[in-house]
Amino acid sequence: MNKILLIAKREFLSRVQKKTFLLTTILLPLIIAGFYALMIYFSVKSGDKTSIAVVDKANLFNGKIDGGNDVTFQFLQNETTATLADKVKKSQFSGYIYIPETTLLSKTDSIQVVTEKSAGLITKGNIEDLINKRLEEQRLLALHISKDQLDSAQQSIKIKFPTISGSVGDEGKETVSYIVGYASGFLIYIILFIYGTMVMRGVMEEKVSRIAEVIVSSVKPFQLMMGKITGIGAVGLVQFIIWIILGFGTRFLIMMFYPSLFGASGSVEQVKTLASDPGIFQGIASINWPMIIICFFFYFLGGYLLYSALFAAVGSAVNEDPQDAQSLMLPITMPIIFAIVIMTKAVNDPSSGLALFGSIFPLTSPIVMIARVAHGVPDVVPYWQLLLSMALLILGFLGTTWLAAKIYRTGILMYGKKPTWKELIKWGFRKN
Amino acid sequence: MALLEVQHLKKYYTTQKAVDDISFSLQPGSIFGLLGPNGAGKTTLLRMITGIFYCDEGKIFFEGKPFDPQKDIIKIGYMPEERGLYKKMKIGDQALYLAQLKGLSRAEAMEKVKYWFTRLDMQTWWNKKVEDLSKGMGQKLQFVTTVLHEPKLIILDEPFSGLDPINANLIKDQIFDLAQKGSTIIFSTHRMEQVEEICDQIVLINLGKKILDGTVSEVKQQFKENAFQLQLTNIPETITDAPFSIVNKKNNQLIVKINEGHSGNDVLQYFIQQGIQVEAFNEMLPSLNQVFIKLVEGTQATSRSFQNIES
Repeated sequence: MNKILLIAKREFLSRVQKKTFLLTTILLPLIIAGFYALMIYFSVKSGDKTSIAVVDKANLFNGKIDGGNDVTFQFLQNETTATLADKVKKSQFSGYIYIPETTLLSKTDSIQVVTEKSAGLITKGNIEDLINKRLEEQRLLALHISKDQLDSAQQSIKIKFPTISGSVGDEGKETVSYIVGYASGFLIYIILFIYGTMVMRGVMEEKVSRIAEVIVSSVKPFQLMMGKITGIGAVGLVQFIIWIILGFGTRFLIMMFYPSLFGASGSVEQVKTLASDPGIFQGIASINWPMIIICFFFYFLGGYLLYSALFAAVGSAVNEDPQDAQSLMLPITMPIIFAIVIMTKAVNDPSSGLALFGSIFPLTSPIVMIARVAHGVPDVVPYWQLLLSMALLILGFLGTTWLAAKIYRTGILMYGKKPTWKELIKWGFRKN
Repeated sequence: MALLEVQHLKKYYTTQKAVDDISFSLQPGSIFGLLGPNGAGKTTLLRMITGIFYCDEGKIFFEGKPFDPQKDIIKIGYMPEERGLYKKMKIGDQALYLAQLKGLSRAEAMEKVKYWFTRLDMQTWWNKKVEDLSKGMGQKLQFVTTVLHEPKLIILDEPFSGLDPINANLIKDQIFDLAQKGSTIIFSTHRMEQVEEICDQIVLINLGKKILDGTVSEVKQQFKENAFQLQLTNIPETITDAPFSIVNKKNNQLIVKINEGHSGNDVLQYFIQQGIQVEAFNEMLPSLNQVFIKLVEGTQATSRSFQNIES
């Protein structure tokens, strides 16, 4: 036990003390955050202003088209297509619409927007929407229906889905559960891959540099393997804690310096959507956060222990060639990918049979169960399912560790040709 | 009491009998040579003695008690043939770490590492990394990490490969010194001249079996061919009726093989009677190299790898 700690300590320190650790720990989330910020920035960012001159001889628009999305319309009198084209060429306008007197509102099926250069797809769409909206209003007016009347006729009402047991499923909560479940499941999926391969590469490095033989003459191979797994797991935990602190820290800082972002003076649209859907707030409040966080850490650790032992076994079996590792890894990555597929189903329908199976079966439960737990314990996931899943996960990682340790013990000292999985399994079940 | 006793040790792999019924025992303070051609099963045997492998059959006794890898490992130092160290780790930290893995406390480990680094003139290496070292320097470091916890049994697999004569002598001196202080040393190699120089006792294994066991002089006696070298003032033209046959004649030197039923005295008498001055007379013992080649050659040792095992 003491030696496992000693090995874990070295594994931990040798990774944490590297400069790349700090860089990846701090830069990675910054890069991801920056990436998202850029994406949001570009999608929100106003494009170039487009102004369209309108000469409406037939009075189709009744002198006004509402602008929006950086498109404005300006109504002009006494212009001909020639003078309009001239103005567009001089860049006074981006384009023009000329509607001859003979055009009838009810019979119009096309309007020409003349521009100097072909407009972008999105701009075209915006212009089209704005014109159509105005035309729709005008047509309704011609039928003596006001906009308000139409709106009230088209208003949809909220449909609720309570269960017989009395819990009120409301949409806001479900949306939040969906997002939280999906995000947690996906995070665990990524963790399993990143830290699993980290364990595998560590084992390969030890084998290739032949230090393994020196060490297994001092400690049991099992201790070496467990030390490595524990050490790298600790690196993962520390990384997470740093990210959590960074996350809360930046939030706090932003709130201090830019309280407006969170305050009432936020963008009008934001307030509007929130006001129209108070369910989101209720949803966030109604989620059982302590339960999710506890489950997250449990399934993170359980899944990591279960898979990293298998990754270690693969690492011990291969030699210098990383390509060998790729092909041996396949049987391990299959269930992880399978789990993510089940998980995407489970967040939509957490009570389905497939979701239930996926959340109990230890190879998939770390990813699937966390997604179900987000939907609520005990009304979606009864306690017995949660406990059974946890118990099976513990049994599962004890099992894979036992098997992996035996493969590892043989593999770490075996040089030469790459073994097949059949041989690995044989090593695993051999007596000594 | 023997420090290490190995009884009927067997280890079979799927395609070969790596170790097939080997027994020997080691006295404390002796330097023991484990010899054998490539693939004879030396490494497998050593791995069983260090507790890395379990044997299929047989028993190992350490200090008179059945070998318990957990407990006895601290009393063993093993330097494998394939050297291995963490390339990116600082040398001082690495030595400390390996010593702690053997079971020393941090303070003890620190003291021992400093002692050995001073002794082998390696103090300036402390903050260097292994990748900065030459092969020979790495070898020295590996040796230090093997012996610094002062094990009772030190197992060295080809300890001199890659060392220049000066460093080889340095390590050799350390080995003698450790043996004098009571450590027992198992020394595995193909280099026979080193074995003759260093070892008290040797065991030769081939094809997983022990084919020779004894002290160096015993072995030489066992394989001598009654050959003698004579230095004479002049060699007579014809030698007839002699109690020996001539193997080689060169200048005034004569190499002879004594016939059955005769001894060295008969040879001397033969020349003295003829009035020839005998300037030197000594027995020619075979070198271990010759013994080795004689025993191993022609045993398909080079093609041993793929036998069929039926058991």
